[in-house]
Amino acid sequence: MQCVESLRVQAYFDGEVDAVSASEIERHVEHCAECRALLQDLNVVRSALKDVAFAGTPASLRARVMRALDQEETDRERAGARPARATLPPFQRRPASFWTGALSGAGGFALAACLALFLLVPRFNDPLINDLVSSHVRSLMPDHLIDVVSSDRHTVKPWFAGHADVSPAVTDFESQGYRLVGGRADYVAHQRAAVIVYQHGAHTINVFSWAAADHRLPGNTTRSGYHLAFWQQGDIQYCAVSDTGWDELMGLVRLMRAT
Amino acid sequence: MDDKRARFEGQVLPHLDAAYRFARWLCYSPGDADDVVQEAVLRAFRGFDGLRGSDAKSWLLTIVRNCHLTAAKQTQRRAAVPLPEENDGQDASALVETAPGPEESTILSDQKKLLDKLIAGLPEEQRTVLMLREIEEMDYAQIAAVTQVPIGTVMSRLARSRAALKTRWLQTVEGEPRAVR
Repeated sequence: MQCVESLRVQAYFDGEVDAVSASEIERHVEHCAECRALLQDLNVVRSALKDVAFAGTPASLRARVMRALDQEETDRERAGARPARATLPPFQRRPASFWTGALSGAGGFALAACLALFLLVPRFNDPLINDLVSSHVRSLMPDHLIDVVSSDRHTVKPWFAGHADVSPAVTDFESQGYRLVGGRADYVAHQRAAVIVYQHGAHTINVFSWAAADHRLPGNTTRSGYHLAFWQQGDIQYCAVSDTGWDELMGLVRLMRAT
Repeated sequence: MDDKRARFEGQVLPHLDAAYRFARWLCYSPGDADDVVQEAVLRAFRGFDGLRGSDAKSWLLTIVRNCHLTAAKQTQRRAAVPLPEENDGQDASALVETAPGPEESTILSDQKKLLDKLIAGLPEEQRTVLMLREIEEMDYAQIAAVTQVPIGTVMSRLARSRAALKTRWLQTVEGEPRAVR
């Protein structure tokens, strides 16, 4: 038979009781052999379940979900459910009469200003961002992450010299929680980019680097659930990509910029 | 970037892994779990304005469970769903991320497989509360919200599932050591 207090003991085990009840239950457990055994069993089950490893979301599903969300947004726009969107709709959908009106007189100036804005502000579909996210996701598939496995920066850096167009500074920040696990060559911004791979907890952070060209760096952004942080040091442009939180990602960026 | 989309990605998508794990425990087939997760995320996105600062994880998992129930009802209409017990080895082991280190202890992986099978053998209502408590580390109130039952029911289901798991675990480990593959 089970002791009447068994559910309270379980609640105590799960941290669901306040301090007063907790001390009551502790006193009870001292005298009740059954509840002592129960606490032991609860611990057995909990530690057994710790060994069960659960698969994370497959990259293919994540991509599928993102596509579905994109589709959902497009459908919503088409249906005109939200006509008052802050951003301009793509201009090919504007009726011709708008353009004839806009091109005449003062409208022309406004149009020119709009176009200039379009050209200056990196577009939503910046191919660089798409490249980086695709490359990051690809790297998470089995056997794509690392070309040179090493936690030794003196191994990783020279390896880049032979395999990529840039050779960025490589530092291990293990004591700060960002462990250097290796490097990889990848193709970004039309060059052979050097990718430094860090492990932060359960998360992989890819730091892409390539020679700065004319391409203006986009601002930090989140795409498909991945954060992208951009910066430039000397004539190398960098982008750190990960699904960690912003704080963790920016922590690594700060460390790298300080070297 | 669309503001709603950005907020959604920031608040809800960090719980995608939890949603997927939960769906895998509910559905038992990776394909079904994928469908349920996708449907749930879409529904969550449509109803995102209703979230208003409440607990995003519980909220998303509630939607996952509702999607699963809807999908299960549709399947039931078409054909009988196999009981979890009938799915042996193959399906259950697919739930565990295989980390095939060559030197990985066979005993350990056998134990994992066994545990997996035992969990799969629990009735769904018990399995659900157990997973939400032990794997997702949710408190009773959150579990009650996700499973839509009173807290008292959560407590008794949790107690039953833990007792059942422990009994089966001890039976198998002590009863027929190393016999389970």
